Amino acid sequence: MPRRDDLSSILVIGSGPIVIGQACEFDYSGTQACRVLKEEGYRVVLANSNPATIMTDPGFADATYIEPLEATVLEAIIAKERPDALLPTLGGQTALNLAMQLHESGVLTSYGVELIGANALAIETAENRELFKAAMQDIGLRVPRSGFAYTLEEAMEVAVEIGFPIVVRPSYILGGAGTGIAKDEDEFAEIARFGLAASPISEILVEESIAGWKEFELEVMRDGADNAVIVCSIENLDPMGVHTGDSITVAPAQTLTDVEYQLMRDAAFRVIRRIGVETGGSNIQFAVNPADGEMVVIEMNPRVSRSSALASKATGFPIAKIATKLAVGYRLDEVRNDITRLTPASFEPSIDYVVTKVPRWAFEKFPGVAPILSTRMQSVGEAMAIGRTFAESLQKALRSIELGRWGLGADPADKELEGVEVGELVSRASVATPNRIFEVEAAMRAGASVEDLYATTQIDPWFLHQIMRIVQEKEAWKGHEFVRGTASEIADVFSKRDFMRAKRLGFSDAQLAHLLGVDAVELTGARKLVGVPTIFKTVDTCAAEFEAKTPYHYSSYDAETEVRTGAKPKVIILGSGPNRIGQGIEFDYCCVHASYALREAGYETIMVNCNPETVSTDYDTSDKLYLEPLFPEDLREVIEAETAGGAPLHGVIVSLGGQTPLKLAQSISPALVLGTSPDSIDAAEDRKRWAALCDELRIPQPAGATVTSLPEALAAVTDIGYPVLVRPSYVLGGRAMEIVYDREELVEAFSRLEKLSAEGEHAKDRPILIDSFLEDAIEVDVDAIRDAGGDFLLGGIMEHIEEAGIHSGDSACVIPPITLAADTIATLEAYTRAIADSLEVVGLINVQYAVKAGQVFVIEANPRASRTVPFVSKATAVPLVKIATLIMAGESIASLEARGIFERKGEAPYYSVKEAVLPFSRFPSSDTLLGPEMRSTGEVMGIDSDFAMAFAKSQLAAGQNLPSEGDIFLSLADKDKPAGVELAKGLDSLGFGLVATSGTADFLKRYGIEVANVVGKLGEIKEGELDAVSLISSGSVGLVVNTPRGRGPRGDGYHIRTAANKYKVPCITTMSAALAAVRALGAMAAGDLVVKSIQEHHAESA
Amino acid sequence: MAVIYRTETFSATPGWLVLSDGTAFEGEVVSADPLESEGVLAGGEVVFNTALTGYQEVATDPSYAGQFVAFTNPQIGNYGCNDTDMESAKVRASGIVVRDYSELYSNYRATGSLLELTGAARVPLFSGVDTRALTRHVRSHGALGAVIGTGSRAELAAAAGEHLTTTGKDLASGAGRSTRLAVPGEGPKVVAIDYGMKTSIIRQLAQYFDLVVLPATSTAQEVLSESPAGVFVSNGPGDPAAITHSDAQLQGIMGKVPLFGICLGHQLIARAIGARTYKLEFGHHGGNHPVSRLSDRVVEITSQNHNYAVDRESLQSAVVPAKVTHVNLNDGVVEGFALPDERTISVQYHPEAAPGPHDSFYLFEQFYQMVAEAR
Repeated sequence: MPRRDDLSSILVIGSGPIVIGQACEFDYSGTQACRVLKEEGYRVVLANSNPATIMTDPGFADATYIEPLEATVLEAIIAKERPDALLPTLGGQTALNLAMQLHESGVLTSYGVELIGANALAIETAENRELFKAAMQDIGLRVPRSGFAYTLEEAMEVAVEIGFPIVVRPSYILGGAGTGIAKDEDEFAEIARFGLAASPISEILVEESIAGWKEFELEVMRDGADNAVIVCSIENLDPMGVHTGDSITVAPAQTLTDVEYQLMRDAAFRVIRRIGVETGGSNIQFAVNPADGEMVVIEMNPRVSRSSALASKATGFPIAKIATKLAVGYRLDEVRNDITRLTPASFEPSIDYVVTKVPRWAFEKFPGVAPILSTRMQSVGEAMAIGRTFAESLQKALRSIELGRWGLGADPADKELEGVEVGELVSRASVATPNRIFEVEAAMRAGASVEDLYATTQIDPWFLHQIMRIVQEKEAWKGHEFVRGTASEIADVFSKRDFMRAKRLGFSDAQLAHLLGVDAVELTGARKLVGVPTIFKTVDTCAAEFEAKTPYHYSSYDAETEVRTGAKPKVIILGSGPNRIGQGIEFDYCCVHASYALREAGYETIMVNCNPETVSTDYDTSDKLYLEPLFPEDLREVIEAETAGGAPLHGVIVSLGGQTPLKLAQSISPALVLGTSPDSIDAAEDRKRWAALCDELRIPQPAGATVTSLPEALAAVTDIGYPVLVRPSYVLGGRAMEIVYDREELVEAFSRLEKLSAEGEHAKDRPILIDSFLEDAIEVDVDAIRDAGGDFLLGGIMEHIEEAGIHSGDSACVIPPITLAADTIATLEAYTRAIADSLEVVGLINVQYAVKAGQVFVIEANPRASRTVPFVSKATAVPLVKIATLIMAGESIASLEARGIFERKGEAPYYSVKEAVLPFSRFPSSDTLLGPEMRSTGEVMGIDSDFAMAFAKSQLAAGQNLPSEGDIFLSLADKDKPAGVELAKGLDSLGFGLVATSGTADFLKRYGIEVANVVGKLGEIKEGELDAVSLISSGSVGLVVNTPRGRGPRGDGYHIRTAANKYKVPCITTMSAALAAVRALGAMAAGDLVVKSIQEHHAESA
Repeated sequence: MAVIYRTETFSATPGWLVLSDGTAFEGEVVSADPLESEGVLAGGEVVFNTALTGYQEVATDPSYAGQFVAFTNPQIGNYGCNDTDMESAKVRASGIVVRDYSELYSNYRATGSLLELTGAARVPLFSGVDTRALTRHVRSHGALGAVIGTGSRAELAAAAGEHLTTTGKDLASGAGRSTRLAVPGEGPKVVAIDYGMKTSIIRQLAQYFDLVVLPATSTAQEVLSESPAGVFVSNGPGDPAAITHSDAQLQGIMGKVPLFGICLGHQLIARAIGARTYKLEFGHHGGNHPVSRLSDRVVEITSQNHNYAVDRESLQSAVVPAKVTHVNLNDGVVEGFALPDERTISVQYHPEAAPGPHDSFYLFEQFYQMVAEAR
């Protein structure tokens, strides 16, 4: 069954913004899909609202719609493009849900669009729990006992019948939002109520809890001829009860006999056949009772999933690519295995290593949210590591997640749990938290046994024993006294066998050095002296049975290394590690483009990264891939391996992957760093040097000071004047940044900072920065490129919608600027050029400004790729990363322009709006107020010739469902009340009713604006006034505008915002965004949303 | 039922696996008690197995007689061993080579450890080896003779020679049962000729047949005197070309009743019709080999364990017309053929799995149909 020739045009739907539960993995899968379809000669139409993705680059599809992922918008795209087929299985749950909506509304039928990959019936059977349960019963498989409920009463009836503990799962939700385990009726009522609200169809599944059972996943592929294979088995270290996205997971499964594994495999095939996924990949989760092997099916995803991305990276089997080939008609045995190039894809990978994935969370960003893991996914990213043993891969993964750990303990952070009593540690470990693995380790160090910990954690004893090996190995490296701690002295005490044993358990040299109290460099020296070099093995899908053609490597300690060095000059690109808030897909986009550009320019490109979700860790993105921790010694070993032979190493790119590679730059030779020098990076980061530079350039900065104590801060503020921005130095994503309006708040802010340093988040000796906060200033971001000769290319000027004070990552912005005067823009460009010159930037630079009353202040400069680079590139059609990378490799702007790598364009005839997407729905008790600390996980883009419509599109894409009718609830801070008049008038003229809190209502009434209802202050509601929370929960309000002053859950504002979050009413917390929203509402009322591909937009601006 | 896990204590003595070409791999001999003396512990031919599960089944499979099995899956011993997953009464391989042997096993089915099994058979369990490097070496240099031992590497190297390979050795005639075994069951009577038959094959056949197992050296007359409705020729170790009596044995049976062969049985049937067998460079050992069933192009993921194979051309010019029915999609090796005139089918791979995928169970059903139709 070869390629289907009856199709010529195929629509691919992406997964939209990065949110918890749906991250880079769908850029990886969607990019693969687009590439395959193009190679196969189909016309590819792509819809995805996320500008930070590789797949939305104009070259990956014939028509790329960066438009909101809404059924009506998709219908417009279908009407315009008339695709023959829709491939819905590579864009996560978002694409699957949209495909179902388009199917159910008859759009697909009326336009004659065929669903390929999975048909509607299959999707429905897999997604609808009742149908799924019945289907499983049909094929003799057990699912946990359960029943559906649509009301709280029904839910309670079902629960009583099944018996506690019980899991509540809302239907049609993503990544387990609204899911929870209840131990009794009270807990159940709370969780069930929330679940009913979370489900778009108010349906919850009330289910028998099998918490504590072992959890497994199988990745299955099936072709149109009914051939089926298992690509990978995954075993969760955390037993049932923790969402698989929040679990430490291991591939392949470690504790199943062949008899059990084959039963699971047989069951998986029965499931995929019964559900009817005709072609492509699915992921099926099983739970196994460790006491008797009883197996139940938990769920099935009839699509490529996060686990598929992990399985692809873990085995080298490209699930998304092959799923796409199968969807267009190929059989598994007609598709070649890219790695061996000789054997077909119709096989089951065998792996000769162990893969461990560890999630990364961001609880510190959401005060008030308990860091407890459950069946609802809360992690924002993950790191994967490969080792020859589980212990080795676990330790590598733990140093890959970049939480300051060097492995499983044996590092300075061990102190945190030292001295905690063993019983306490064992009992703490019974609760799944981000820290549990370290609690298990500490408990063992304090004397707990495998038995003790199995009893409380239900982590399989095999895994616990492997952790015990790590703990026991530490003992061998303690209690040695060295005179000078030199390499030879260490080598006299520790033999090759000792080193081999420790390294094979995954210990970093840093850990061993820490245990011995010696310098890590000496320790590494000793290791090499005794003959234990780091070696690199290859991921090859076949456990070395066939020769691998693709150099996808991981380090280990063994007899043979497999690195081959080539003849082309090499460039190493450092990736950005696990996704986290503030550092995500945007940087992967940059790294991948750097690799593409250098490959094209004739270099051998070498990627180092540990994030399995990404395009950068795809084995064919770069010439070579090292899946390794982004940790100093691991990087040094890669560099050493690459400089051991072959062509010279041209350099290392550290400026495209965010903070992670920048920090690593300190541990490699400065001569190797390509582009802007580490010293210049430091000049921009170091406050004193930076202030001096700005003074020299006569560029105004907000007044500021560096302090280390509260008295110093109070003194400084006397000069600076309130409000001030308070922030610790050397933190990411605006962590713990605050705007402070008075003395009282400043004192509070300092007490919070002290707490932070007690938690180890911020070192006590690090200074705290205090800057004048420019209230109501317009914030502006500028991205630009400079070459070694001093030539300058302005990338884009982004005007923020939200005023200065909201983290740039959380605020919306627009290209081109909408309110800035021409001379202001000229000043911004001149300043940026001057700063770039002064820092001798070679490559990208991002500068942030605040513009107040026409005066431009510089806030900060980052001589590296910024989060906004992909957005700017898409808005302007200028490939910034490609240009910057080639410049770092030695080319000039002029030569690139002459070669046609880019053209300088005038102002585009359209507006591009970037909007942030925030994860508040995952954290129902968190405050949704925006502030200087970044909390968004992703972004969307809206493009239109009209700014208001572009903004409206961005809101729609971000899931802010702006209302078309009904009431709008205003609750404004005093400073915003004057502007509130304009806002209220605008809303009134669009026909919305107004509701306001008493103060806001009084103010508006003075300007003759009618307020239909007045909301009283919490706890002091007067006669005739409404209660805010019940008003919001009643559903009569379509939009909340709540602009607060100060921070913290201390006023009515917090209750209003959390109620809006809980009941899914859009809530705007800044006046500037509210005013933009009014314009958007106007635009939507005035006319239809018109879709246009990015290729069409770019052609117009040429 | 209960959760079962146990930690063993054992001693680990540094040692070597030395190949006949002089290549040596460091490791540790894992043993319940400290070794009493230095020197060679075992000799054999090195093969690697890529299965991710089923070390117990592999270790006890009689087809591995005379061989060291190196598992490419680095973590071995995790789930222990149990009484039901034995493919014969004891470990049959000459040595077990692993990257990391687990001190603790955890599985509700476990009744003991792999070390207990290897210890009982006095077969060395050699751990800590760079099994990937070993696999790559075998892949490019073929299955070599080797020794496992402790002490002087030079002395071990002197003992490691080509004579330790299976080439030219009849290891099968004595690998199976030496006496008649009846496995009474429902269905027609079938005789299985035991060249080192796996228990799971007996289990599969017993589902369909009233089974009698006869020794490998049985003559055609002895087999036919049981009045079977069908005959099965089992798997087994070693070089099929070295087995001298099987041609007459099988020629005497062929055509009289339906015949089904697996692995060595498949090779012996081929030789009996005049086809040639040859030694593969490093064989097929694992649970992930794709085989195309030529009748409908369905892909079966198969369990395989063979160093020898049937030559395709010689099969086509055999005295009895043969039709290739199954082909390995990785390298084109003949994985099955049929002799339509003789009501004979045979496959090179292991439809009984154990360990491995269950995709090919249908062959037992197919054999049953042949037998049923012939009656």
